[in-house]
This record gives sequence, structure tokens and C-alpha cells, in this order.
Amino acid sequence: MASQMKIKAKIKGDVTEVKALMTHPMENGMGKNKETGEVIPAHFIQNVTAKVGANTVLTGIWSGGVSKNPYLAFRFTGAAKGDKVEITWTDNKGTTETEVAEIE
Amino acid sequence: MIDAKRRILLKGSLAAGAVGMAIGAGLLTPRLVLAAWPEAAFNAQNVDDALKGLLGSAAHEPSDKIDLKAPDIAENGAVVPVTVETTLEGASSITLVAAGNMMPLIASFELGKGALPFISTRIKMGKTANLIALVKAGDKVYSASREVKVTVGGC
Repeated sequence: MASQMKIKAKIKGDVTEVKALMTHPMENGMGKNKETGEVIPAHFIQNVTAKVGANTVLTGIWSGGVSKNPYLAFRFTGAAKGDKVEITWTDNKGTTETEVAEIE
Repeated sequence: MIDAKRRILLKGSLAAGAVGMAIGAGLLTPRLVLAAWPEAAFNAQNVDDALKGLLGSAAHEPSDKIDLKAPDIAENGAVVPVTVETTLEGASSITLVAAGNMMPLIASFELGKGALPFISTRIKMGKTANLIALVKAGDKVYSASREVKVTVGGC
């Protein structure tokens, strides 16, 4: 599956700011289908990892309390223009998605 | 020497056996074992239990060095923008908790090498409640909290 994640990474001085937008329903397992009344099973991202080269700059563990189509911004130092930021998420069904963006 | 090796071997096989049994019994899926997602903390239904499950203790000390940005009034509880930043030295993790949610623990971030203690995201809030940001720095956990009034709950 082609990644639907969007990443923007911009460096200013020594600080790189990354903004990522993921595509995911983030169902927390408490919602109901309005027509059938059936509970919508939990389906949400549990783990997020951001790497620059071999260095892991950030790892996140999430619940279904993160909003649908999650937005995440974070900052780090020690990178340069042209370096690649790689973000990977894994959800509770084992689906995983990775996207890479070059620091501008 | 031989005996020591034997001990290690025995321990290793016992541990592997226990995990294998847990997987076999459906208690743990291999995915969860690898991913280290603290299920008990995330399923906890109050803030203290969630923090105990995640950080080992529910203790935290309020700090004015944590800047927690969130709207005073969130019209749509399904999308509440939150930004946490801190000037605390040696911050190693940032955790977000919505005290009024059925399952309060929202997210936790480990800051790796080079990461600045800054996180911005969007969360769901079920009702008007305190939003708490916790920052681990050294062996201590510091916190900042603010009330967010939720017009329409988003859980």
C-alpha cells in the first residue's frame, strides 16, 4: 500500500521541525455505527517511531484518544538539510506504514 | 563455570517457555510483545492507575517550566490541539493525559538523542476536564495541567 502519510521537515538554524499528518480512523473501540448500533472495533495507531538516519529521535505510544488522522509535530537538533526523516507507525491490527521526507 | 552457564541456559529456556505459553494461551500476541505497548496503563480508567502502569508511580510535581498549550474552550472534543514544551533540564519523556476520558492515558513520547522537549498533536476529549502534561526529567516526573471546556464530547 502506498503511504498516505505527509511529512514536512524544515531546518532553521540548528533546529529541525517535523510536521506529520497520518491517515488513520483512530477508532477507540467505544464508538457505535449510527445505522446498525454495532460497536466499531478498536482500530488505532499504537506505536510511532521517527528516525534520522540510524538515530531514533522520537518514539510514541498512543491510545485511541489521539484524534482521527493524527497530526504530530516534533523538533530536534543535530541534522542537516538533505538528511532524511523516516516516520513509521504500527496499529493494533499490525498494519504498518512508513514515509520518508528530506529536511528542507 | 559450567554450572553458571547451565543456570543461564536454564533461566533463558524458562523465560522463553513462559512467553511461549502466554502467546499460546492468547494472553499476548507476538506483536504486542515486540511493540511494548503498556496495555494496563492504556486501559486504566483513572489517572493514577494509568500513571502507575506507565511510569511506575502516580507521583508528579507541578512545574511552571512546562508550557502546556490547549484551547480554553474546545467546541469539538474530537479534535483538541495540544502543544507541550518544557525548559526542564534532562527531559526524557512527555506524556498526555485527559483526566475526564474513560481511558485517560492519551499518548506518551520518549525523546531520543537530539530531540527537543516539544510535542504538538491533536487529541480527543470526552468532556470538560483537566488536561495534564507530564514530563519525566531525571528520576522525577513534573506536570502542568489546565482545564479544557468541551462543548461536544469527542470520544
